[in-house]
Amino acid sequence: MVSRADRSLFSEWWWTVDKFLLVGVLFLMFAGVVLSLAGSPPVAERIGLDSFHFVKRHIFFLFPTIAILIGVSFLTPRQVRRAALVIFVVALALMFLTLFFGHEVKGARRWISLAGFSLQPSEFMKPAFIVLSAWLFTESTRQSDIPGNIFAVLLLAIVVSLLVAQPDLGQTMLTVIVWSAVFFLAGLSWVWIGALAGLAAGGIVLAYSVFPHFAGRINRFLDPSTGDTYQVDTALESVLHGGWFGRGPGEGIVKRVLPDSHTDFIFAVAAEEFGILLCILLVLVFAFIVVRGLSHSLKNEDAFVRLAAAGLFLLFGVQSVINMAVNLNLMPAKGMTLPFVSYGGSSILALALQMGFALALTRRRPETGRLTLRRMRPAGAEV
Amino acid sequence: MSTTMFDGPAVASTPRLKPGRRVMPKVARDQTRGRLFLAICAFTMVYGVLAGRLVYLGLTETDDVVHYGRAASEIATTRPDIVDRNGEILATDINTASLYAEPRRIIDPDEAAELINSVLPDLKPSELRRKLSGDAGFVWLKREISPAVQAAIHRLGIPGIGFLTEKRRFYPGGPAAAHVVGLVNVDNQGIAGIERAVDQRGLSDLHGAGFAMGRSDLEPVELSLDLRVQHVLRDELASAMERYHAVAATGVIVNAKTGEVLALASLPDFDPNNPVDANKPDRLNRMTAGTYELGSVFKSFTFAMAFDSGRVKMDDTFDARAPIRVGRFTISDFHGKHRVLSVPEIFLYSSNIATAKMALAVGLDNQRGYLERFGLLSKLQTDLPEVATPQLPKKWSDVAAMTVSFGHGIAITPMQAAMADVALVNGGILLPPTFFRRTEKEAMALGTRIISPETSDKMRYLFNLNIADPRGSGSRAGVPGYRVGGKTGTAEKVENGRYVNNKRLNSFLAAFPMDDPNYVVLVTLDEPKPEREGIGATAGLNAAPTVGAIVRRSAALLGVKPEAPQPGGALLVSY
Repeated sequence: MVSRADRSLFSEWWWTVDKFLLVGVLFLMFAGVVLSLAGSPPVAERIGLDSFHFVKRHIFFLFPTIAILIGVSFLTPRQVRRAALVIFVVALALMFLTLFFGHEVKGARRWISLAGFSLQPSEFMKPAFIVLSAWLFTESTRQSDIPGNIFAVLLLAIVVSLLVAQPDLGQTMLTVIVWSAVFFLAGLSWVWIGALAGLAAGGIVLAYSVFPHFAGRINRFLDPSTGDTYQVDTALESVLHGGWFGRGPGEGIVKRVLPDSHTDFIFAVAAEEFGILLCILLVLVFAFIVVRGLSHSLKNEDAFVRLAAAGLFLLFGVQSVINMAVNLNLMPAKGMTLPFVSYGGSSILALALQMGFALALTRRRPETGRLTLRRMRPAGAEV
Repeated sequence: MSTTMFDGPAVASTPRLKPGRRVMPKVARDQTRGRLFLAICAFTMVYGVLAGRLVYLGLTETDDVVHYGRAASEIATTRPDIVDRNGEILATDINTASLYAEPRRIIDPDEAAELINSVLPDLKPSELRRKLSGDAGFVWLKREISPAVQAAIHRLGIPGIGFLTEKRRFYPGGPAAAHVVGLVNVDNQGIAGIERAVDQRGLSDLHGAGFAMGRSDLEPVELSLDLRVQHVLRDELASAMERYHAVAATGVIVNAKTGEVLALASLPDFDPNNPVDANKPDRLNRMTAGTYELGSVFKSFTFAMAFDSGRVKMDDTFDARAPIRVGRFTISDFHGKHRVLSVPEIFLYSSNIATAKMALAVGLDNQRGYLERFGLLSKLQTDLPEVATPQLPKKWSDVAAMTVSFGHGIAITPMQAAMADVALVNGGILLPPTFFRRTEKEAMALGTRIISPETSDKMRYLFNLNIADPRGSGSRAGVPGYRVGGKTGTAEKVENGRYVNNKRLNSFLAAFPMDDPNYVVLVTLDEPKPEREGIGATAGLNAAPTVGAIVRRSAALLGVKPEAPQPGGALLVSY
């Protein structure tokens, strides 16, 4: 294979990247293709497309996805930071443009057409935003001249206002949760935690009173009899129908009437056709990636790397947890894709970027302990 | 601001390290690690909850079975075929499709309703849309649709719409044996006749326990009816009704040796395939569920008890010169001869006066005991569920005894009279009637002797005489070669508590061949009118010829061989 003596870029990467994490992510991508075969044909047929339209696109998107994942994982932490800044700025600009030029789908303007592809800029914004926030928090902790916390709060305000304007409450919630978690990891005092928690509660109450569909979802979850709980009921029925071992590939029935069976509810389709045991395996893979990623950041000596990597894995984890919890009727319905498994070009490319960042940050580096500190880390807060 | 946001005065008080500006204070670092550890624990827990939820769902019993189980319970259950004694099908199951919807699975109720309406325009659009848009798991849209309609709906390809195969009861003979076979409701539960009897005999219990769902599980039910004879009986009753303008007619043919019912009809009847008027009051089974004062037919029983008790002998005579007056009642004769009559003459002329005197000779208690033994005072025990209880005199006085002796003041079902007559002619054994197959041996085991064989001989003699003798009231029932014997009955009907002389219930109770009767035939015509102006409307003029016609057409089918023609008399056989 690759010799350890080889000091080329690839050899460096090969011996330092966490191959377990890489395999975990690749496994999820593979599962995504297999499950796409199950979940997407009914949807394609319903809207009059070729049965395997979404499957083909899913596979087609895998090539750039894997390229981005691997490519991004070559970056050094500093490059990650810079890339994040560029991507964040571009994504923010595009998000701003979607408000005026984006095409409206189901009452929301989230997509913008770029060179023939529909792009959801907010997906790419998320990992970049988390990396930048982590950097700002780190700077703040170091008592640098940059008022990191204030910038972080300002960035959050911008991001949230753009997301709410679309509107995209799911992404908003996810972003706020993960941002708060990173802030918390950075050492937020308990007083502020309480204040932010109150703010979050206030936000939820505000959303409840301002957005009728949000209020409806909460009401229906708390008391299913108050309204139409068709989606989650059907998802649950799908899981029950599958049983331990599933009905077998292509044998699913409930998936045919399950809306968004290829995106938000792919997990339920997986349960129906491949069984609950496979779903437990999926849960374990997600848990493995998240816990392993977080442990890596735990061990890392560099504050920025520690916080940014933790933030990216948190983003990944929270998103997967919300999706699966909705599928299993453990929380109110919220449109959220299952990382790497659900269909969605923007989502999967952005995830590749996100996990590429994460892989890059968790690569093993020469000991950055105190002894080597001076030599390894030139001064300067450049991006 | 930035420093005050963080915990620990240590952070603020830590002197700045010149070169290590980026070195994080140890306290903050440890704190981050602690919180990261917390996050790891939290995620482990959350993923654990997800896996636990999956396990919980895996252990949950799915309601799949309930789904289809419910549907299955709503569809009709399989019933056995009902066949006559020759294997001809009287009732059978045919498969039809019924359309149902699972509104929960319907994606666009409006579209679905519109499409279904294009095939089934008779379903109300608003009603259909309401049914389809609910959250129910199962709802019937239309029961029992034709294969063409099923194919058309299938072709629409609407999800959440389906068909269930339902069993529908079909009666190939239509009304031919309606009152015996009975009918079922839309859920295939027997509600009348043998259909109901089959259910009561345990079929419904089988269904309730989940058995007997398939066709092959059930043996056909074989009845004692002979469809050919049944047709003859019903046909002749129908033509008699028309000819004599009767409001109703009923008839039965019973095997005198086994008690099997070969044919039973009650007109007007109904078509069990389309039982729109099966519940009208005039469609009841008059043979077993109607009670009537049968009139002179009852004299047969008085004669039998008179002989059997030994109080009256064939060569006795009774004075029938003057009507009997008891209180406000006067008993007189219809065919009054106003002279002393011999016992056979009393039978031939059907003298009320003389019969009443015979009853008094038998005695009140004796008469009652005989009637009880003849099975005329209590409810008939038979397979059909529709059976009426006789109405008896309130007080068994002399007057009652006398009126009962010629069939008034007591209302029984015609079937009871027929079964008692079976005993009178078969040597004295009363048999419970049955609509299922029964051998002579089984019948004898069930039967009870009610009169002596000698009495039975005498009764047969009188029955035969009543037709063979030109003076007899039943001479028009005669069929050459078959030796029919019987007794007429012309009873005035009671209306508002009074007997009215222009409304009659005419009957003829007969048996053939008289030397060793195989079959008992009873025909009753309700309110017959004279066939033409100038003649009467007594039983001898309408009920008796009807029986004659029935015997003429059915005797060969029943396997009764005609006797060789008497020397000197030409035998005219017509079917």
